[in-house]
Amino acid sequence: MIEVRNLTKAFRDGEVETRVLKGINLKASNGEFIAIMGRSGAGKSTLMYQMSLLDEPTSGEVLIDDQPASKLSASKKTYFRLIQFGYVFQDYALIPELTALENVLLPLLMQNIPLRTARQQARESLARVGLGDHLNQLPSQLSGGEQQRVSISRAVAHRPKVLFADEPTANLDNQSSQLVMDTFLELHRSGQTIIMVTHEEIYARLAEKIIHLDDGQIVAI
Amino acid sequence: MFSGLNWRVGFFLAWRQLWRMSLWTNGLIIFVMILTFLNLVVISGVLVGLIEGAVQAVRTEYTSDVIVSTLKDKDYIDNSQNLINLIRTWPQVSRITARYRAGAILEANYKTRRDKDTPNTAAAQMIGIDPIAENEVTGLASHIVEGHYLAPGDYDKVIIGHFLLKQYLPIESPGFTTLENVGIGSKIRIQIGDVQREVEIKGILKSKVDEVSRSIYMLDSQFRSLIGRNDGNVDEVAIKLNDGVDPLAIKDLLFERGMNNYAKIQTYVDAQPKFLQDIKATFALLGNVISSIGLVVASITIFIVIFINALTRRKFIGILKGIGLTREAIELSYIFQSFFYALVGSAVGLLILYLILVPTIAAHPINFPFSDGILVAPVKETIFRIGLLVLATIVAGYIPARMIVRQNTLDSILGRK
Repeated sequence: MIEVRNLTKAFRDGEVETRVLKGINLKASNGEFIAIMGRSGAGKSTLMYQMSLLDEPTSGEVLIDDQPASKLSASKKTYFRLIQFGYVFQDYALIPELTALENVLLPLLMQNIPLRTARQQARESLARVGLGDHLNQLPSQLSGGEQQRVSISRAVAHRPKVLFADEPTANLDNQSSQLVMDTFLELHRSGQTIIMVTHEEIYARLAEKIIHLDDGQIVAI
Repeated sequence: MFSGLNWRVGFFLAWRQLWRMSLWTNGLIIFVMILTFLNLVVISGVLVGLIEGAVQAVRTEYTSDVIVSTLKDKDYIDNSQNLINLIRTWPQVSRITARYRAGAILEANYKTRRDKDTPNTAAAQMIGIDPIAENEVTGLASHIVEGHYLAPGDYDKVIIGHFLLKQYLPIESPGFTTLENVGIGSKIRIQIGDVQREVEIKGILKSKVDEVSRSIYMLDSQFRSLIGRNDGNVDEVAIKLNDGVDPLAIKDLLFERGMNNYAKIQTYVDAQPKFLQDIKATFALLGNVISSIGLVVASITIFIVIFINALTRRKFIGILKGIGLTREAIELSYIFQSFFYALVGSAVGLLILYLILVPTIAAHPINFPFSDGILVAPVKETIFRIGLLVLATIVAGYIPARMIVRQNTLDSILGRK
């Protein structure tokens, strides 16, 4: 379970301080599918970055299974991200010189999984998202939708506790977006916790809980 | 940093990045490394080889492996014939040549000169030789550039070093004079002490060894009569040893026999002029300085290559960190890449060095004014330089990688400054 308490985040540019998150309180239970919505600049991606330990809040606390994340060292946070979390980014964030299989394989290797097992696990993960025939293709040889599914496959291959997705359909056409959302729903049905940032209501509605953010504050759940 | 896991993932990333990088980019970086390697080894190797060539020339053309000469306070080697006979019995000795030496004044225009004319003279070392024995030891005949080498029975004939002739050395320097308008067939007058003799120039010698090029040679039998020495004592004995015999061992043997009481005994190394040894050390130092600059340039090249590579891949580095790869694993991937470039560059450089450059330059030495330069590249030293190059490259690759990898993960992912 992830809990956010009185979370604030401010950016400073010289003398000017911009407060992007203003005292957010939020709980995400295991197995939940949460969509964070809001207009551009509302702070939804920033909130996700704090929750997923990619960034540090200005004040407040992120608790993961009741443990305060602020007490974790940088290397512990890295390890936490490797083992407990999975990430899907808007622009897929695949490593261009690695094939689809290698992109999925890489974090598994970092978890000290033997190469043969990791390779098998990566193959299965790609097959689950319908890319069993694209294992050896480089990202540049895949369509946007396929790249995003490789990204999802990489994020969930190690069965993380939480899958974070930042605007996963923003760069995709309707058909590809639907395929990605179908994959999310299937993962959710199998018990995967998902926290997704989106500005598209049609996809947000697929989540169990929708959090509306505006000007750094939750305005509706 | 040194956990096996980091190494494994670092290698996985590095290998794939190298494998899928543009062939031209890889080729260009490796080409720079090859040039750097050659710069490290060849520049200093040629500088040292330039002097080494001169040392080898003195050995092959003048001193041979061991040289026995007169003691400072003597005019000749006492008991020379005993010494020569003893040396001849040693199986390690291949050939010997005995020489007579004396300072001489050469004069060319003595027949046509009027009282007010300046004498056309030159001071030289006159050397009496057995032409066959001398040629067997020093290959003197091969240095004849005009005319012919001396033959037994060539009385009143000489061969002259090219430094004594103005047409070969058109330089005026105080204390060093040359003969004008003298060539093959010219008659010159030589004066040794009070004795004068007219001789004909049979051949002109050209060598890069000053001791040869500034000397004039005649038959030993005639030389003996000129200097009035009939006891068989000589001034110099050059000893050529069989292949693989250590000159020092022969020197020790001569010392054991007490020959050092009668003569100065030197190996070709001992007999090297001091200035040559000094220049050799100076050039080695100079070579090291140039090589060090090359090493710095190579380090900067790799630094720039890795820095640009890491900078353009900053976003992906951020993503790798974001999905849980350790900084050390990512840094190691860049270290492996640098190591790969240094290793491949050095390996290709080694092949070029030992399969092409060293044998080619040995077969066709570089024609420097005072030596036939060779390329000196001892394997041990070359390996040391490879070690230096690899080390410098790894450091040069690690620093920029570390600079980029240590940046904030989210800033890297989002491309924020």
